[in-house]
Parts: sequence; structure tokens; C-alpha cells
Amino acid sequence: MNDGHQSFKKILFGFAFSPKLKINLLETTRIAHLFNATLILIHVGERTKEKEDEIHSLLKEIEPSGLSIEIQWKDGKPIKTIRQACVDFKIDLLILGALQHENMYRFYVGSIARKLTRQVSCSVLLLIRPSEIRVACNHLVVNGLNAPNTSKTIASAFYVANTLGAKQITIVEEILNKEIHVAVEDDRSLKKASIIKERLKHREESRVRKIVSALPKIFTQSIKIKNQSIFGKRGYSIGHYAEVVRADLLVMNAPSKSSVFNRIFPHDIEYILSDLPTDLLIIRSQP
Amino acid sequence: MTPRNTSQTKNFIYSLPKNIFSGFVVSLIALPLGLGLAIASDAPPISGIIAAVVGGIVVSILGGSNVTVTGPGNGLVIVLLGAITTLANGDLYQGYLFTLAAIVFSGILMLLLGFLKMGKLADFFPASAIEGMLAAIGLGILAKQFHIMIGHNNEHGSILSLLLQIPTGIMELLNSNNNAEHIAGGIGILSLLIMIYYSKIRNRYFQLIPAPMWILILTVGFSYILVPLNVPYPLKASFLVNIPNNVFSSLAFPDFSLVLKKEFLIVVFAITLISSIESLLSIKAVDKLDPENRRSNVNKDLKALGLATIASGLLGGLNVVTVIARSSVNVNNGATNRSSNLFHSLFLVLFVLLFQEQLRKIPLAALAAILVFTGYKLATPKNFRKIAKIGKEQIAIFLTTLITTLLTNLITGISAGILITILIHILINKSFGLFFSHLFKPNVLLFKEHIGGSYYVSVKYFCSFLNFYKLKYKLDMIPESEDVILDLSMCSFVDHTVMEGLANYADTFAGKGGSLEIIGLDKHEADSKHPFAIRKILPFRALKPIERYFTKRQNQLKATAKEYHWGYIPKKSTDTLFLEHFVFFKTRKINYSYNHLSDPNGIFNVFDVEFTEGEFIAKEVVKTTIVHVHLQNTIPIFSLDREGLLHFVYHLAGFEDMHIENHPDFNRRFYLSGEDIPALEGLFTDELILFFESNPYYHVESNGTTLLIQKKERLLSVQEIKAMIYFAQQLIHVLQPFEVEV
Repeated sequence: MNDGHQSFKKILFGFAFSPKLKINLLETTRIAHLFNATLILIHVGERTKEKEDEIHSLLKEIEPSGLSIEIQWKDGKPIKTIRQACVDFKIDLLILGALQHENMYRFYVGSIARKLTRQVSCSVLLLIRPSEIRVACNHLVVNGLNAPNTSKTIASAFYVANTLGAKQITIVEEILNKEIHVAVEDDRSLKKASIIKERLKHREESRVRKIVSALPKIFTQSIKIKNQSIFGKRGYSIGHYAEVVRADLLVMNAPSKSSVFNRIFPHDIEYILSDLPTDLLIIRSQP
Repeated sequence: MTPRNTSQTKNFIYSLPKNIFSGFVVSLIALPLGLGLAIASDAPPISGIIAAVVGGIVVSILGGSNVTVTGPGNGLVIVLLGAITTLANGDLYQGYLFTLAAIVFSGILMLLLGFLKMGKLADFFPASAIEGMLAAIGLGILAKQFHIMIGHNNEHGSILSLLLQIPTGIMELLNSNNNAEHIAGGIGILSLLIMIYYSKIRNRYFQLIPAPMWILILTVGFSYILVPLNVPYPLKASFLVNIPNNVFSSLAFPDFSLVLKKEFLIVVFAITLISSIESLLSIKAVDKLDPENRRSNVNKDLKALGLATIASGLLGGLNVVTVIARSSVNVNNGATNRSSNLFHSLFLVLFVLLFQEQLRKIPLAALAAILVFTGYKLATPKNFRKIAKIGKEQIAIFLTTLITTLLTNLITGISAGILITILIHILINKSFGLFFSHLFKPNVLLFKEHIGGSYYVSVKYFCSFLNFYKLKYKLDMIPESEDVILDLSMCSFVDHTVMEGLANYADTFAGKGGSLEIIGLDKHEADSKHPFAIRKILPFRALKPIERYFTKRQNQLKATAKEYHWGYIPKKSTDTLFLEHFVFFKTRKINYSYNHLSDPNGIFNVFDVEFTEGEFIAKEVVKTTIVHVHLQNTIPIFSLDREGLLHFVYHLAGFEDMHIENHPDFNRRFYLSGEDIPALEGLFTDELILFFESNPYYHVESNGTTLLIQKKERLLSVQEIKAMIYFAQQLIHVLQPFEVEV
């Protein structure tokens, strides 16, 4: 695996004829423009004349310039079809519209997006609030986990930040409380734990700094880089942090595995998926 | 020995006299209370003393707290009484032996709780339910002991029926011909009067001896006065304390033959629950009294208490718990470490050995009076008024727990209290999902801010007794000498238990030189003015008068205003046009400003503003605190920012970045932009640049006639506001000479 970033040259967006279609299309074409990518729009369902007319007239209205757009019509089960399309078209990035909170009423809609997120083989961008006018993306939060994929995720975050013109990247190192090895029970154990925490923080920060310094200068020079180490539940703290600092985009490693077991006992990315704090980009390296 | 150890030993020896003294004073209270609590439980009087002696020795050696005192606790009286009277179908002595076995088992359970680090057990109970339970225990003690106090030793029945019998009991005493009853009743009522009026008598020598000990001295002394007068002692043995002739040879040992019976296991469970809660609450309360502000290791203490309870039970003693009243006497008399607990038990041994004869002359009525007073203090109407002030729902919780406990038993009572609390929370929020979809999720974020180094804690969803332990776990990780900002703005519901717990944390932090400030509660609705009232977020009623129920922060702002002789208007104001000339607010829509502080001349203004960024779905509501300063003369328009502190794009407004010559450090650290570059070069003198370089970072923006200063994109704590006001005042001092020249 190389340490370089992933580039998004082929973007897939699955659309449905909902009132939000126009806004969704505006947002995706804007992103495709920024990344200078080919956009593939896929509709899972029946292909009718009216639907075709609608989508074409919408596209004409919002996309006059020369973006290369392909429209695909497929039949079948949404999840399976889109998953297959990602493989067939060698997609780099799948864009999905998601709802911010997963609750009973919205469960069905939300669950498709989330299921796809867990299953597809490419990177996924979950948009929680597509908007008609462009909202500038200023601040990215990216995970700095001690994991093999992290360097690629961080590199990709810088690539995205530069493309979107973001000003700041905060790299969050989540450190598990159990790494402290000391239970805080009284003054003495608290003092001990504080010293260990400080040491762990330095260790993690220098590890992340090493990753950043290995990146090409051109990537990092125009962006303010901040480190933040947080002691807490992995996957939860970063989401809450992104919400507190009102980040515009959260960039995460793809989970290494996701089974039913993990869904019942949420871990890592599952916390964020169940309560999306911001737009979420999951970087998954291709096989 | 290392130097640190020698100095510790020296300190220990140096503080020994103080600890011996406070141990002595505590033993003066522990003796009557130990006897009394045992009698109240229908156990042999000596069993209370055994618990105090064993507890003092074991816990002082193995415990993890510093100035606590251990012994028999009043919370357990009701459970033990129930066990002793029912386990052997009314045979009190056999029941006592079975109960001893239950005590040994509960000791084992407590030991386990300690090893499982269940010191947070006490956090899972709503504060008002615990108050209700304590009131029920108080009434229970009072109901039974009142009859003994007035000389009626054989009243039995439920707590309620005993309470209802009190008036008839008094009538009977007045009409009775039994001389002994009259004397016992007289002693009892006199003793009660001593308990009540003791604190009102301001005499140094009189106050040297605690009230319970006075009662013992006076009543025992009374019997000695009768001897030279040749009057036979009017009270028979049944009215006096019964102490075996040889304490050591007549120890009772537990009878384990009921071990697997259901009633037995329920007793074990109840004893463990109550003794753990009583101990944990007392340890926390005593930590706040500790003059050295040490933090107790509750798990270690639980283990020690468990071990002590096992030993006490095996020797025929009651449960060992940490007791608040004796501990606070201990602190007040200058105890500094656990040795005072040890000395208290050694003095008790001494008393029992030296004064056996005298102890047998203590009238039961005198001890009962002490207990009636203790029971009354647990169930005083004052407590009820205190709870009523917090809110109506707290009364419901309190009364449900109290009444259920009186009608059934403690376990059912506390369970009913928990259930009603959950139910009330669901009703108040009209949401079941808020609690149950987020109950097991993590909801607390803690990180150390880079700027300023204070700790920032944010809580999401809800925070109530159900998940308070998660917040406590994070707060416990912060050294108390640090500054903590606790943001509850993302938390839609905060309950009374949490508010009270947080107030305790704030006290602890303040005691050790740090601070804990709560922000983000201004938009929550409260039902009463009490600081611990439940708070619930208001969804859409943006312009409701907020001054009705001040948050702590608002009260502090008010105090700050008074201190500075400034004005304070908490009301929301939608008149925010004057802010829209700032570049910062060009792209942001201001909803309203509130918590407005201003100096008498109206030059310096501090307020919170709520503004929104973006529109429709992308809309975000942000609250921040800003300082707004009116300038006497116009200055060039500029904005000064530390890169990334507030990441805004000023280029949009036609601003240009500029660098000041010969100040590379300033250029590197700050981000200065403006329209009229030459005028700005004139404004940014060496003095002004030095000022900015040597002060904390703030975002400063000028629109020509006024200045806008802000620190962070969140509400600031009162401490931070004070610092920001100071910064603004100094900045104007530096800017002033320039204005005069123009």
C-alpha cells in the first residue's frame, strides 16, 4: 500500500425522485466539479419517459458546463445493485444523502445509506445537509488512529481539504482509557494517570506529526494543522468533538470489519453512523 | 527510608496528639450511639460497640479514606430490626444469631463490590429518592424509640401503627400509676431536651463533652446520688441497659443454618445495599469536610468495610459502615488521618472494660431519647421543605419513596423511588426515546483545550442519575486544581441529581484551587428558582423571559456587574443591528443578544449573542460571548486574528492581508487585514504590537467607530469574561494616545 492519497476521479451518486433531488444533484455536481471527476448517476428502479425527462431537464438547468455525466438505470435491490455498480464502474467515491439521526421513522431511509457505507468497496461520502448555495468547507476533522490505513486517510484528508479550499485540519488521536493502565481512585493514582496521559499524548502526537511530515509540502503548506488528543471511547469521541468544534467534514478510516456483533455492540464508526455529527467521508482503500 | 517517608513519619507523629484527642471525643459519642443503635435494632447493646471497635481497627489500617469514622450506622436499624424480629419467628436471640450470619455475608458482598470497583454504586440513585429513604429510616427509628423514651418498652407493630400510637402513649404515661414508668419517662424527656438545647448553650466547658455523653453522665450520676440517700434504684433491670458480666467470654457467634433461605438472602441483599449507600454517601460528604481536601479511595474503603463487617459479624457485632455524624465530629476536633478512627475504638474498649458497672446503670429511656433525636433529624420537615423548593416533581419522588418504604420495606421503597423518577423524567420530556435510545451510548466528551489549557467537557443527549456515572468518570480524571468548562448546551435534559452532584464537584474544584463552571444552560427551562432544579431545553420558544430562573452563570454575571459597578440586563434583545457592520457578522444572521453587561458610560459592553450560520438545512445555531467597545474617535477598519483561532475568510470583504515591517514574530503569529493599509501602519505602533504579543490571543475587529473582541466560538465562563474585559480596557488604554493625536 502506498502512503499517497486516494484521488476521486469517478464519483457515483444514487438518486431517487424525491423533493430533495434537485438539492442533492446541485451538491454532487459541485463536488464532481471540484474534484474534476466523472459523475455517474444511478437510479435503481423503473426507467420511464417522464423520469428520464425530469432528470435531463434538471441536469440542463443546474449543470450547463461541460461536466461529464453518465446516467445509469438499473433494476434490482438498491443495496446490491449499487454495491455491484461500484465494482463494475471502478468507482472511487460513492456519495449518499443521509439523515442526521437514525430514529424509528427515518430508519428505513437512513439504513440504506448506512448499510451501503458498511458494504461497498470504495470510499463513501455521507452528506447530512446538502445545500443549494455552496457552504464553504473550512474545517476538516480527521482521525489519527494508530492503524495501518491512517496515513492514507490523513493524506486523503489533505487532498480533499486542498480541493475544497479548507483552511484547517484537526487530527484527532483517540486514546483508549485502558491504555492508561491506572484506575483513578485517589489523589495518588490521579497524579500517576495524569503523567501517563501526558506521555501517551506526546507519543500519539509525534506519531501523527511523522505522518504529516511525510506528506508532500504542497499539500500541507496552506492549511493550518492542529493536533487534538482525546481520551475516551474510540469512534465516539471524534464524532462528538467534530460536533463541538462544528467541523464541516469528518474524515475516517473505513472499519476493518463490520459484523452483526459490532452492530449490537457499537464500536468505532458505528457510533458516528448512528448519529452523524457532520458530513462524513470514509476512506476505503481499493483492493 | 527515603527522605519523603521520614518526613511523612514525622508529620504522623507530630499530628498524633490531635488525632488521639479527636478519637477520644468521637468515642464519647460512639459509646451511647453504639449502645443505642444496637438496642434500636433489638440486638444486644454490646453488638453496637463491637461493630465500632472492629470497624475502627480494621478500616483505619486498611481503608482508603482519611478522616472518616466507622461503626454501626443508623440507616441499618430498620433492616436489622426487621431481620432480628422475623428471621426466627419472634425469637429475638435466635433471630440475632441468624442476622449475624447475614451480616457476615453482606461483608463478603461489600468486599466483592470493592474488588469490582463498584464505588460508583451510590451514583445510581436519584437524590430525592435517597432523601425519602432516609426520612423513612428516621421515622422508623423515631416511631419505635419514642415509646421506649416514655417508659413503654413493649410496643410492637409497623412503623405507621407505632407512630399513630404516640399520642395514646403520652396519655397513658400521664394516667399511669407505675412509678418506674414515670421515672423512665422523665429521664427520657429530660434527655431529649438536652439533645435539643445542647447546641443553644454557649459555654466552652459545657461544650467540651458532647450531648449524648452528658446524658449518660447525668443519668448514671443520678443513680449514684441515690446510693448515699439509701433510696433503692427505682428502675428495674428491664429499664436498663443489659451488658454481660464478662464481655469477652460471652460473645455471640453467627448461626449459618438459614443460609439458602429466601428471607435470609433478601436480608443480606438489603443490608449490603443500605450499608454501601450509607458508607459511600458519607465518604463523599466527609471528603468535602476534609481540611486537606484529599480524595478518598472509595473502592479501597469498601473492601476495608467489607472485611470489618465480616469480622464484626463473626464476633457478634453489627455491620460496619462509614458514619457521617461521628466523622464530622472527628474533623471538627482536628483529626488529620485515619489514626483517630483507631483511637476512637481503643477508647471504646477502655470504656467498656473500666466502666462496665456504670454502663449497666444507663436507662434505656436515655438512649432512646438520643435515638429519637437522631431519627427526627433524618426525617425533619426542614428536609421536606428543602426538597419542595427544588421542584414539584421532587416532592412526588420523595413522598413515593417515603410512603412505599413505610408501607413495605426499604428495597421496595427505593425501587419505587427509582421507577417514579424515571417515569417523571419521561413525562417531563414527553419522550421515552430520549432516555432509552441513548442510555447505553457514551455521551461525554472531554479534552484539554490547546489555548489556555483548560479542560472542556461536553455532554450530549441527556444527563440524569441513570448515566451520571459516565460524566463523573470523566470529571474524576481531571486534577481538581485545573479549570473545567462544562458545556451542557447539547444536553436536552439535566436532572436534579446531576445538578446537585455538579455543585459538589464545583465545591471540590474551588477548594483545591481549580474551578468548574457550567455553561450552556441558559436556554433550558427550569420549574423553580432552586439551583438544583431539573432543567430541560426549550425547543422553539426563543423569546421567553429568561430572567425568571437564573442559571449559576447568570447569577455570577450579576455579581460581576455589581463588583464592577456595571449594569446587567439578562433579557434577550433583538436590537442587534449595530453588530451587522462587522465583517464577522456579514455572513451570519444574529437572532438576539442577552446577558448584557455594560459600564456606566456605555463604552464597554459585554454580551452573549446567538447567531445562525447558513440557511435551511445547513443552518447552525452558535452562541458566543463578545465585548463591544465604543471608541471616541474613528480608527482605521481592521481585523486581527490569530490564524485559525476563528477561521473566517476576510478576503470576501475586500480586505487585504498586511505585514508590519520589522515585526516578524507578530506577522507570524497574527493575521492582520484591513482596507486602508497606510493608515493601519500608523495605527499599529511598536507599543500596540508589543501589547498584542504579550497578551492572550483575542479576535479583534474594528469597524471604524467600535471594536469587537471575542475569544472563542462558544459562550465564555465568567472567569474568561473577566479576563476579556481586562484585555479590552488595556487595549483602549494603548489605543487612546493615537486617538488624541488625530
